[in-house]
Amino acid sequence: MTTVDDRPAAPPAGAPRRRVNPVLALLRNSWRQLTSMRTALILLFLLAVAAIPGSVLPQRGVNPEKVNQYFIDHPDLAPRLDQLGFFGVFGSVWFSAIYLLLFTSLVGCILPRTRDHVRALRMRPPAAPKRLDRLPQHAVLEVPAAADPAAVAAVLRRRRWRVTVRGNEVSAEKGYLKETGNLLFHVSLVAVLLGVALGSWYGWHGNRILVAGADNAFCNTRQQYAEASLGPRVDSADLPPFCLTLDRFEADYLASGQASRYWATVTVDETDGSTRTAGFSVNSPLRLGPANVYLLGNGYAPVLRYTDRYGRTQTSVAPFLRTGDQNATEEGVAAFPDANVDPKTGARAPDQQVAFDGLYLPTAPETAPFVASQFPAERNPAVVLVAYRGNLGLDAGIPGSVYQLDQRQIDSGKLTQIGDKKLGLGEKWTLDDGSTLEFVGTKPYITISVRHAPGQALMLVACGTLLLGLMGSLFARRRRVWFRVSPSEGGSPTSGSSLVEAGGLPRTDHPGFADEFAQLVAAISDDGRADRPAREGAE
Amino acid sequence: MSALSDQLVTFAILAYLVAMISHAVEYALGNVRAGSARTAPARELVGAGVGGSGGAVETPVAAAVEARPSRSAARALIAGRVAAWLTVLAAALHLGAVVTRGIAAGRMPWGNMYEFVLTVTLIGAAAWLVVLWKQPSLRRLGLFLTLVMVLLLAFAELKLYVEVVPLMPALRSYWFIIHVSTIIFASGIFLLGVVPAAAYLLRAGWEQGRRSFPYTLARRLPAAAGLERLTFALHAFAFPIFTFAVIAGAIWAEAAWGRAWGWDPKETWAFISWVVYAGYLHARATPSIRRNVATWIAVVGFLTMLMNLFGVNFFFTGLHSYAGVN
Ligand code: HEM
Repeated sequence: MTTVDDRPAAPPAGAPRRRVNPVLALLRNSWRQLTSMRTALILLFLLAVAAIPGSVLPQRGVNPEKVNQYFIDHPDLAPRLDQLGFFGVFGSVWFSAIYLLLFTSLVGCILPRTRDHVRALRMRPPAAPKRLDRLPQHAVLEVPAAADPAAVAAVLRRRRWRVTVRGNEVSAEKGYLKETGNLLFHVSLVAVLLGVALGSWYGWHGNRILVAGADNAFCNTRQQYAEASLGPRVDSADLPPFCLTLDRFEADYLASGQASRYWATVTVDETDGSTRTAGFSVNSPLRLGPANVYLLGNGYAPVLRYTDRYGRTQTSVAPFLRTGDQNATEEGVAAFPDANVDPKTGARAPDQQVAFDGLYLPTAPETAPFVASQFPAERNPAVVLVAYRGNLGLDAGIPGSVYQLDQRQIDSGKLTQIGDKKLGLGEKWTLDDGSTLEFVGTKPYITISVRHAPGQALMLVACGTLLLGLMGSLFARRRRVWFRVSPSEGGSPTSGSSLVEAGGLPRTDHPGFADEFAQLVAAISDDGRADRPAREGAE
Repeated sequence: MSALSDQLVTFAILAYLVAMISHAVEYALGNVRAGSARTAPARELVGAGVGGSGGAVETPVAAAVEARPSRSAARALIAGRVAAWLTVLAAALHLGAVVTRGIAAGRMPWGNMYEFVLTVTLIGAAAWLVVLWKQPSLRRLGLFLTLVMVLLLAFAELKLYVEVVPLMPALRSYWFIIHVSTIIFASGIFLLGVVPAAAYLLRAGWEQGRRSFPYTLARRLPAAAGLERLTFALHAFAFPIFTFAVIAGAIWAEAAWGRAWGWDPKETWAFISWVVYAGYLHARATPSIRRNVATWIAVVGFLTMLMNLFGVNFFFTGLHSYAGVN
């Protein structure tokens, strides 16, 4: 942006003329510094270095549980790191500062270069230097017929040079693609960043578990997500109102237990009121108009029927979460906070709540210990549960995990263990107070991420142009050639023979230029129907 | 089939090892090129039409030491040729190992780190043979290259080896093939690129008159300017492929994980490598930055690639970590 230089500084009244305003001078110098290639390089390196902690320390955006764990493991260090933004490196002030400076530098460098390049594209190739023999490539050839600069120009044009003829001189230039590509590349970088910005302003996403069955359908509102984040320009009311029901989930496994295929079939109630059935999988998300649905995980929700001491029955379909082993051992909790309500009085008994905590094994071993599943598919499903009775602590207003019992209630003795048991499919367990728990079956569930990412199309296009530009920039080569046609010494113009002097200048590192130049000269001499070049040399 | 693949790997390592020894013999016997430099045209000495600057600097000391003429020079030439052909053999065995591994697995052999390293090194070796064919004068770099091959392959066989298993569902996508094949290809070229880069750094020091330890290794290397040019050519070739591979990875990640870019450790390090290599290209295009500074950046770039390949799989867990060992 050399416009800064050109703008005349209004001299303050009374000040000596021609003294440059120091603020302006400072600004101008800083701008020059910022847009220099050296600064861009340093900023590039800072960017690389600044990204490293993002891979070493756990990041909230990637894995919030690990961040919490880090706080537990390093109680002194973690808060300080947190203040400095180390658990969200890529959104931190310092990381943003580096890339914003870099991109400012980039824009400050693209603008003047674009202007210069457009100018160069409009200009004719420059006139020949006086002494062509000083150029890296030089040749003199004698052409028997009277050579015509226009004919030389025609040969060059056929080879897609930009050509201009000035009297007996032909100037030609090729390889503008290098600079064009380079500019395209750098502009595309800016476009990618814009795409990122768009996505983070106008995008939103939410994650949740979706258990099979119509009773467990979910509709796209913020409350329905276990975890959601909306961009600053998005309001909860902006979420498109579609609903999903998981009808079926299929998983195929190899003998080794490794999964080979997942497939989820859902019923979609679209925003416009229509209904359809659709399938999706890992690697092939469900693309609804306003958002995409991705399959991230899956598991089983044991169906547990509890009959309390008054004979009232309640059913829990709580998803158990994978513990992470190969064979889909899961752990979780089935809580019955409304158990043991006296049907006569209707009074809730907060100290008579019941919960079961334990494992679900899709393929339980034949004999104890029942601690791990032996295969991820359901060959011998069983739950291994510990029963608790007492106050679950759900009313305290402290949000707890639905996948874990509140350890504080257990520690304080408000919730006590009353037994444990392994239940196979259909088996019933009678507790000490006569109430029963039956393991009825399971329902599959899937973990989904629902996402609206508006900048993505722009980013994709920008990545395409970025690649094209990059290749142009790296592989195109700017070079110039000149030809000067003169009547042969001794011979008169009418005798027909003429002398063509040629010079070539590669403007970028170009090992193949000598060959290209030689071919060009040969073509011109053929074109003039000469026998062979009179003298040709690379020096 | 999988056992055959394992045997072929072992044989390939042995062949690279023998090639390396043969290169070492060539190197020790000396000085076929520096010795004949005074008679041979400069072009032959430095290859690839590079001006004779390198040869000129070398002579005073080298010529005194290496004045002993042709006998050992001829032997060195033979040793060098044998080494080159052994490298061809090793690469053929190596190719066989990768192909049989793929057949055994019934898929592209890029499902885990072992297979990844196996294929990356194959690309590096194959690209080296192409370079060698085009510029035979660079043959002595083969010593470094075969060394790298032996080290990486032996490491892969001893530390990374896993049995053939099918792919997990997340990896079953044609983007897997596109993304991983291009990453492997680019990594192979970067791997090869680091050989002339390191050689250049040594050789440039030697040509500037440094005669202390690491630089003395470079006494009989091809001239610095040619090495530097090769370094750049390889990196300029690999960089757009790498860029494409990262973009393909983002497209795939969008389909598989619901986000194109999520800064998991693997992605973060790919970003770092990309930025560092872009820095190298910039530095090299900037006349005020010295070539050895630029070349150091390329070496750092390669270290970040290694970090991504080994470090991230071993030290961090992320969505990509199933590509690791277990
Ligand atoms: C976001 C940061 C940037 C990245 C990733 C980047 C990347 C690249 C790449 C890959 C090349 C190709 C190298 C080549 O043609 O040899 C290049 C060339 C170039 N870049 Fe950048 N660039 C960035 C920022 C900048 C900035 C801020 C400037 C201006 C100060 C700049 C100026 C140039 C120039 C002048 C070239 C031409 C070099 C040549 O054609 O040989 N770049 N850039």
